[in-house]
This record gives sequence, C-alpha cells and structure tokens, in this order.
Amino acid sequence: MLITRKVEFSASHVCRNPALSDEENQRLFGLAANPKGHGHNYVVEVSLQGDPDPVTGMVLDLKELKEILNREIVGPYDHRFLNYEVPPFDRVIPTTENIVRDMWQRLEPHLPALHAIRLYETPDLFVDYFGEVPCSA
Amino acid sequence: MFRVTRRYEFAASHRLHSTQLSDDENRRLYGKCNNPYGHGHNYVIEVSARGPLDASTGRAVDTAALDRLVAAGVLAPFQHRNLNEEVATFAQVVPTSENLAAEICRRLKHDWRSAFPGEWPKLEKIRIAETPRNIFEIEADEIE
Repeated sequence: MLITRKVEFSASHVCRNPALSDEENQRLFGLAANPKGHGHNYVVEVSLQGDPDPVTGMVLDLKELKEILNREIVGPYDHRFLNYEVPPFDRVIPTTENIVRDMWQRLEPHLPALHAIRLYETPDLFVDYFGEVPCSA
Repeated sequence: MFRVTRRYEFAASHRLHSTQLSDDENRRLYGKCNNPYGHGHNYVIEVSARGPLDASTGRAVDTAALDRLVAAGVLAPFQHRNLNEEVATFAQVVPTSENLAAEICRRLKHDWRSAFPGEWPKLEKIRIAETPRNIFEIEADEIE
C-alpha cells in the first residue's frame, strides 16, 4: 500500500554552472540562470510503501510523518535562497532533480518505508525520484 | 533514475464517429460526442521522460528542448484545430482520447532523436486529460 503526504514551501534559487560561460548558462537554463535569483512555490509529495500495522491500521502515523517532513524539509528549505542558505546548493545546482535527490537523502534515514518523492517546481513541471536505482532501457 | 514530467494544454474540437458503424449505431455508442457539428475540450497533456542526471547541468531532461519538441510536434498542429478535419490521422481514425494519446506518443517518438540525440533521456509516458474527470495514459513502449 502507498500513502502520500504533501507539504509546500517557497524558496528562491539560481540555476547556473560556474564552470560555464554566461552565454552557455543562458542557453542551458534560460531565465533560471538570472544571477539575482527567482523563486517558486514548491510542492512535495512523499510516498511511503508498506502494510498497515495490524494494531493501529496505519502504515505510519501521519502525525509522525508530518513532523519529519516539517523538520527535514520545510524547516531547512522554506523562505530560503537555496544557493546561499541550504547546503549542498552552495556547490550543487539546485535543479528540481538535485533538490528531490537532496530531499531523499534527508528523509531516507528517518523513513525506512520511503518509496517515492514527487517535487513540483511549478504545476507544469515535476520530477519523480525513487532513490538511486540505475537507469534501465 | 529521475522521471521528469512537463504539463501542456491545448484546446481543440472533435467528433466521435466511426465509418464502420451505421448512423444509428454511432449515435447510440457515442451519444453527445457524435454531434455532427463537433464539440471541444481543453486538453491537458503530461509528457514524462526518464534518465540519469547530466553532470554538467544537474538535470535529467532539458525541458527547453522538450518544450520545443512538444510545441512543434503536438501543440502547433492541434491548438485550436478541428482534429477530424485538420489532423490527417483523424480523417480515418476516430479521435477518441485513447487514439489521441497514441498519436501524440507516435509523434514524439518519431522526432525524439532530433531533440535528444543521446542515449538519455527516454520518453516514458503520455497522460492526457480530455476533461478533469477523463484521463488516459499510455506508455511509450506501447507504440511502435
């Protein structure tokens, strides 16, 4: 069974690779390369997989999940400039893919049943991540 | 592995009518959707591609390249069109959302290599909402 909890946060970021020229960054990242930064209302859906506990009838107490998500994700990310205030984005480009992977690394130690994270950068762009599984054809 | 999904919209009209059925059978089967004048929808499509991270960009899919591919192959030919009369495939094929999903998938697969010449990313699936209540999904592997 899958259970999913959704949380939201707002943050700013810049997507640019310092090893590349301004023109190359502009070509790769477009408006997102603006060095002053810009922001999004991010939406995170965290899905856990498991069988309901025979006593409680729950895969995980949603209150506990809420506390973990607030502590590990919303607390560090909300109303921050990711590149300047949230490691590892001082050295890792805060693309949607890299953010969702960082979230996985933050949550995995606390959520053994973690199955997937979906991160919406906007309603029109989201990334699903299932941990470090290799790409198959 | 990352699955990146981009959402697009277009508005188009269609009429569900099979040339292999009688007029009565068409009316019975398709109901209001068989109205000879056609009717329209605000279609919402989600295009999903999967792949590993590109080390230089930190992304799995160049969304600008995907946007250009979808704009040229799907949005431009379908936006504000009568699908039956203005999209060649649907002169013969009934433009149900099942067939529309397959046609979109076929178009994107056909042009995929021009937008993404490398091994990755790969087109994974197309999801199309004809209305917010009717949703159709096709895996890219289902289409030749």
